[in-house]
Amino acid sequence: MTRQAVAAGVSALALLAGAPAIAEIKIGATLAVTGPAAFLGDPEAKTLEMLVEELNANGGIDGEEVELVLYDDGGDPNKARTFATRLIEEDEVVAVIGGSTTGATMAMAPLFADYEIPFISLAGAVVIIDPVQEYVFKTPHTDRMACEKIFADITARGLTKVGMISGTGGFGASMREQCLDVAGAAGVEIVADETYGPNDSDMTPQLTNIAGTDGVEAVVNPGFGQGPAVVTRNYAQLGLEMPFYQSHGVASDEFIKLAGDAAEGVRLPATPLLIPDQLAEDDVQRQPVQDYIAAYEAAYGEKPSTFGGYAYDAFHLLTHAIREAGAEDPAAIRDAIEAIEGHAGVTGVYSFTPEDHMGLDLSAFRILEIKDGGWTPVEQ
Amino acid sequence: MSELLQFLISGVTVGAIYAAIALGFTLIYNASGVVNFAQGEFVVIGGMTAAALIAAGVPVILAAPIAVVAGTLVGILLYRLAIRPAGQAPLVTLIIITIGASIFLRGAMQAVFDKQIHRYDGFSGDAPLRVGGATILPQSLWIVGGSIAVFAFLAWFLNRTRAGRGIKATASNRMAAALVGINTGRAMNLSFALSAGIGALAGVLATPVTFTSYDVGVLMALKGFSATMLGGVGSPLGALAGGLLIGLIEALTAGYISSDYKDAAAFIVILLVLFLRPQGLFGARIVERV
Repeated sequence: MTRQAVAAGVSALALLAGAPAIAEIKIGATLAVTGPAAFLGDPEAKTLEMLVEELNANGGIDGEEVELVLYDDGGDPNKARTFATRLIEEDEVVAVIGGSTTGATMAMAPLFADYEIPFISLAGAVVIIDPVQEYVFKTPHTDRMACEKIFADITARGLTKVGMISGTGGFGASMREQCLDVAGAAGVEIVADETYGPNDSDMTPQLTNIAGTDGVEAVVNPGFGQGPAVVTRNYAQLGLEMPFYQSHGVASDEFIKLAGDAAEGVRLPATPLLIPDQLAEDDVQRQPVQDYIAAYEAAYGEKPSTFGGYAYDAFHLLTHAIREAGAEDPAAIRDAIEAIEGHAGVTGVYSFTPEDHMGLDLSAFRILEIKDGGWTPVEQ
Repeated sequence: MSELLQFLISGVTVGAIYAAIALGFTLIYNASGVVNFAQGEFVVIGGMTAAALIAAGVPVILAAPIAVVAGTLVGILLYRLAIRPAGQAPLVTLIIITIGASIFLRGAMQAVFDKQIHRYDGFSGDAPLRVGGATILPQSLWIVGGSIAVFAFLAWFLNRTRAGRGIKATASNRMAAALVGINTGRAMNLSFALSAGIGALAGVLATPVTFTSYDVGVLMALKGFSATMLGGVGSPLGALAGGLLIGLIEALTAGYISSDYKDAAAFIVILLVLFLRPQGLFGARIVERV
C-alpha cells in the first residue's frame, strides 16, 4: 500500500465521519411539554418531532438532515431563558421555535436580538409582536382578533348589546381585557361583565345576573379548560336563549363532549383544523389541514389540537425560510421569514412584513357553530 | 325573588359537595387527630374511576359502587403503607406524610388515567327541574341527598356503634383506648377506609356537575378543609353546616357583589368565626389537662 493510498483512505474516512456532522441543520425548541401548560407544549412537541422525522425521511432540506434540539421548560420563564441560552451558545442552533406560554416567550425574547437568531413563538399574547422585535415572530392569532371576529359575527346578526362572563385564569383575563378594549370600535356595547374562577363548578349566579341585565342580546365567554363547559351547561340549565359565544380557547371536540347537548347552537372562532372535510375544494388551507391531520393521526393515533397547529406552521415557515436563505446565516433566515407572503398554514395564511411579525388577518378565524354534536362553518 | 332562589340553589349544590369532602376529613381526624391532606385525591379517584368505567360502557349503577370501593382500597393502602409504618411519629409528621401521599396519588392518577377533563351524565338525566322561577339539576338533589345520608350515617356510626366509639376513643387517647381493650390499629384502619370511601362517593356524585381531572383534588381538599374548620374539627354536624355555609356565601357573593370577591368573602367569614369561636361553630372546646 502506497503512502498516497493511505492518505486517500484517511481523508475518505474523515469525510465519511465528518460529512453528516457538517451537513446538519440544527433547529432548537423549548416548550412546556410538562407542567400546567402541557396541554400546549405536549401537542407542539409531538408535532415538531413528527415533522422533523418526516422531513429527514424525504431527504431533509436540500439534502441536509435537520436535527431538532428540544428542551422541556415546563412553562417556567426562568427555565425557558436558560434553555434558550443553551440552545444558542452550546447547541449552536440556527433558529428557535418555542415558548408555549407568553411568559416563557417574553423571558427569552431579548436573547434573540442579542445573538441575532430568528425565533418563532407559539404563544398567544399580542405583546410578543407589538411592538415588533426584529428577530421575534409568532404563529398563533391573538385573543384581540378572536374578540374582533366574535363581535363582527354578533353585529352581522344585527345585535349590539353583549354580556360577558370571563374566566379569571390567564387566558380568560387577557381575552376579557382585549374584548373590552375593542368593543367600542367593533360597534358593540358591553352591558354586563361577570367573572368566575378557573375551577368553579357552578356559574348560575353570574349567568342569572347577565340574564337579568336590561337589553342584553348575546353572551360571550372567554375562558379555558373546564370553566367554559360548566358555563355552557349552566346556560342551558337556566334556559337562556340568546346567541352564546365561546372563544378559540375551547375549540376542540373535547369541549363538545364535556358540554354535551348544552353546546348545541354555541358559536366560536376557530382555525380550519376543526372542519377539514368542510373546507371548500379551492380553499388554500384545505391541503395543509388535511395533510397535518392525516400525519398526526398516523403518528400518534389521536386528533391534533389547535396548539399543535401553531407548531406545524412555525416549522413550515422556518424550513421554507431556510430553503430560501441557506442554513449558514441566521440573520438571512430571519430576512427570509419576514419576506414570506401568502404561506397557507393550518392556522391561517401568513404574510409577514417588517411591521407585522404575526402575518395573520381576521380571515384566519372561521366562525363555527356546534350542530348535532359537530362543527358547522357559519356562512359569512 | 327567583334570582335569590337561583343563588341559594347554586350555593346549596356547591356547599353540599364541600360538606361531603369535609365529612371525610372529620372521620380521620376523629380517629387519629390527623388532618388528611390526601382527602381531595380520594374525591378525584372516585370521579375518575367512575368516569373511566362509564366511558368503557359499564352502567352507572355498577360503576358508582366500584369507584367507591376503589377509593376505599386506596385509603386502606395509604394507611397500611404510609401511616402505619410511621408508628408513633408525632402528628405533624403524619400530616406531612399525607401531603406526600397526595402528591404521589396525583402523579399516579396521571399515569393510570390521563390528564383530560372528564364527566358523565347525571344519574337522573340532565334536564333541569323548575322550582319557582329558578332551575335545579337533578344531580344537585343527588349530591345534597348524598351528603345528608353520609352525615346521618356518621352521626349514628360514631355515637351508636362499638366500632365508631372505638374510633373516638382512639383519637381521644390512643394508649388509654388500647388499655381498655380497643384495637386501635383496626380503628385507625377503619377510619381511613371509611373516609376514603366517603371522599370517593363525593367524587362520584359531584363529577356530573363539577367535572373532574387528575389535579382538582388540591382545591377540593382546600375547600373541604375550610368547611371543616368553620364547622368545627371532628364534628359531623359542623362539617355539614360548614360546607353548606361556605357554598352559600360564595354563591351569594358571586350573585350580589362580584365573583372576584367570592373566595375572599368565604375566608373572611371563616376568620371571623375562628376569632370568636376558635373551635368552630360546632366543635367541642378543646381542654388541655396538665
